[in-house]
Amino acid sequence: MECYLDNSATTKPCKAAVAAAVETATDVFGNPSSLHRHGFRALQLLESARAAVAKPLSAESGEIYFTPSGTAANNTAIFGAVQKNRRRGNKIVTTAYEHPSVEKCMARLESEGFTVERLVPDSHGNITAAQFADAIDENTILVSLMAVNNEVGSILPFESVAALIRRKKSPALLHVDAVQGFLKLPIVPKKCGIDLLSVSAHKVHGLKGVGALYMKKGVQIPPYILGGGQENGLCSGTQGMPAIAAFKAAVDACGDVRKNLTHVSSLNARLREKLTAIAGVTVHSPENALPYILNISLEGIPSQVSVNYLSEAGVYASAGSACSKGHRSPVLTAMGLSPAQMDSAIRLSLSRETTEEEIDYCVCALENAAAQLRKKG
Amino acid sequence: MQEIILIKNGELALKGLNRSTFESVLVKNIKRRMQDLGSFVISRSQSTITIEPTDEGFDTDEAVERLSKVFGIAAFQRAAAVEKDMDAILAVAPAYLEAQLADISTFKVEAKRSDKKFPLTSPEISREVGGALLGRFPHLTVDVHHPDRVVTVEIREKKAYIRCDQIKGAGGMPVGTGGKAALLISGGIDSPVAGWMLAKRGIVLDAIHFASPPFTSPQAEMKVHDLLSQVAKYSGDIGLYTVPFTEIQEQIRDNCPEELFTLVMRRFMMRISERIARREDCAALITGESVGQVASQTMLALGCTDAVVNMPVFRPLIGMDKDEIIIRSRQIDTFDISIRPYEDCCTVFTPKHPRTRPKLEFLEQAEQALDVENLIQRAVDGARFEIIRCTF
Repeated sequence: MECYLDNSATTKPCKAAVAAAVETATDVFGNPSSLHRHGFRALQLLESARAAVAKPLSAESGEIYFTPSGTAANNTAIFGAVQKNRRRGNKIVTTAYEHPSVEKCMARLESEGFTVERLVPDSHGNITAAQFADAIDENTILVSLMAVNNEVGSILPFESVAALIRRKKSPALLHVDAVQGFLKLPIVPKKCGIDLLSVSAHKVHGLKGVGALYMKKGVQIPPYILGGGQENGLCSGTQGMPAIAAFKAAVDACGDVRKNLTHVSSLNARLREKLTAIAGVTVHSPENALPYILNISLEGIPSQVSVNYLSEAGVYASAGSACSKGHRSPVLTAMGLSPAQMDSAIRLSLSRETTEEEIDYCVCALENAAAQLRKKG
Repeated sequence: MQEIILIKNGELALKGLNRSTFESVLVKNIKRRMQDLGSFVISRSQSTITIEPTDEGFDTDEAVERLSKVFGIAAFQRAAAVEKDMDAILAVAPAYLEAQLADISTFKVEAKRSDKKFPLTSPEISREVGGALLGRFPHLTVDVHHPDRVVTVEIREKKAYIRCDQIKGAGGMPVGTGGKAALLISGGIDSPVAGWMLAKRGIVLDAIHFASPPFTSPQAEMKVHDLLSQVAKYSGDIGLYTVPFTEIQEQIRDNCPEELFTLVMRRFMMRISERIARREDCAALITGESVGQVASQTMLALGCTDAVVNMPVFRPLIGMDKDEIIIRSRQIDTFDISIRPYEDCCTVFTPKHPRTRPKLEFLEQAEQALDVENLIQRAVDGARFEIIRCTF
């Protein structure tokens, strides 16, 4: 039996997505910017994909801009927002456990003279709206936070930040990195006053090579990647149509977000319950985390060793997003975990396709790992 | 115009009766490295080996790149081969040398005439060619004592050769002249450098790697492959034995005192390596150890590891500092591979306080808890063999 539990790293593309990509690569090979028939067919497909991605966000299709990745969407949003607002203030508010595609942008902006305040999560991995309220001021030009933390699954208060920005009379734009939340949580950017929101196709059973940025109508940020003016000038470069068509197919095939969430919640509860029975297992993900992600430690066994062992057993997990020795997970560090716990942390990430049998199989493999990998006697 | 490559085999020229055998090994090594670049003729005279392409598409730039990694070559030069005719020489020289003369200000021309029937004497040839170059490149002046570059014109039996820059070769002895030895390779910075250094002295390499899944990952094995591929560009093909080591490490962890883990493990590695080495006709082991680098590499610790082997153990890095080793590993392009962050067998179950001044009898006593002979034999029998090819 095989059990793929690394869905936060990437998902297996659904059949419809693969079929759409093949069909597009074969038949709809035109450049959507070309004026002839092949170009027009590609343009029609592109626009229908835009509408498909807009739908679960209850957005207008004109508010969706395709990018080459979630990383590109984050870079575009952050550098664009700062460029637009740079004369209105000098402060950026974000969190201490953002994905590197946000954190590295912040580090660069900091080196250019901006003040970056990084909110630190509590020991459960949560960051509260009150922390944002304290940090945001009149001088704040951008607030960037993830919807869901990629390593432990904490859900951030992205729904209430926009109101705080208004209350503080701040000119800040609000960017949400929703790569781990898209199609897993109901997210309606308009309702929560989000200006910019990043998503990625391959985390939702689409293909690698495409992401999207939602930009609220009326918000105009300058582009980060310059070129032929595709995507209304916001993200130049000929659109990768096969991956975009697959993105559309994956979104269409997703089904009901709430129903999927209920299914995954029950799997998560099952997993938590069985894991607590294994000696030496600690669960790091907070109780109220997105159930798609569960971060745990197997005391005394280095992450990479558990991952290797599980891999041999056909269970695919992740050693957190930092695999390297000496580079401890910034998320777990921010949560104040002990070095021993961090070095033995692994992340199990579920998908709507995950079954109860798979969960049970995974638990069994973890039990064996705990029994076999530790010193005997 | 045809371009040829002249190769000087430095140290070989000093050898006595073995010289001819050594040279033919070198010629064979050169041929093997260049075989896919097009057709060429290779010839030997005195201490020079000449490569003459016989095919228009021969990639001389790539050939030079590969030759720079062949041990036994002290230096080599690219040269233009032209008709033995002064007009031809004067027509070719400025264009051929243009790139090499562009960034200097002084030069001189040296002529050599092994064909004494050539109508001009050596000084006359130098004057003519020097004059042509001065006319063509007004930024140059002649300096016969300390020129930035020396242009050589050589009149030989069949052709005249024009050449300028001498390129430093990899030095050392041709691989294959020194027998075969087995390199213990973990995946770190040191062992590839150690292997490279002995290949430089003419030794053919086999490699032995210890894998402890699941404590080590497939990525760590891939890293060893990539390191050896890089070394193989110099040493030629390398036979790799991957030894299953999990059982031994678990046994040590469960049965031996923690402060001796690493040394007991090293002693197992040496015993297993010696057995494989003898079976494969290797005459020595090679390791990347350097005195005092880590606890298992103190002088006393090395003595304890050596106590279990009865063949020479070469440690070419023994007196080098880490930064010196790193410089070398950057030169041979293994550094960036070595620093990939995967656990290797040497970092599994590392004790918190390893013994730095171990006593042999304590180790021997600790090993009594283990079925040493059977563990070794199972590991040797389970070793997987493959060849890491020299590819460019």
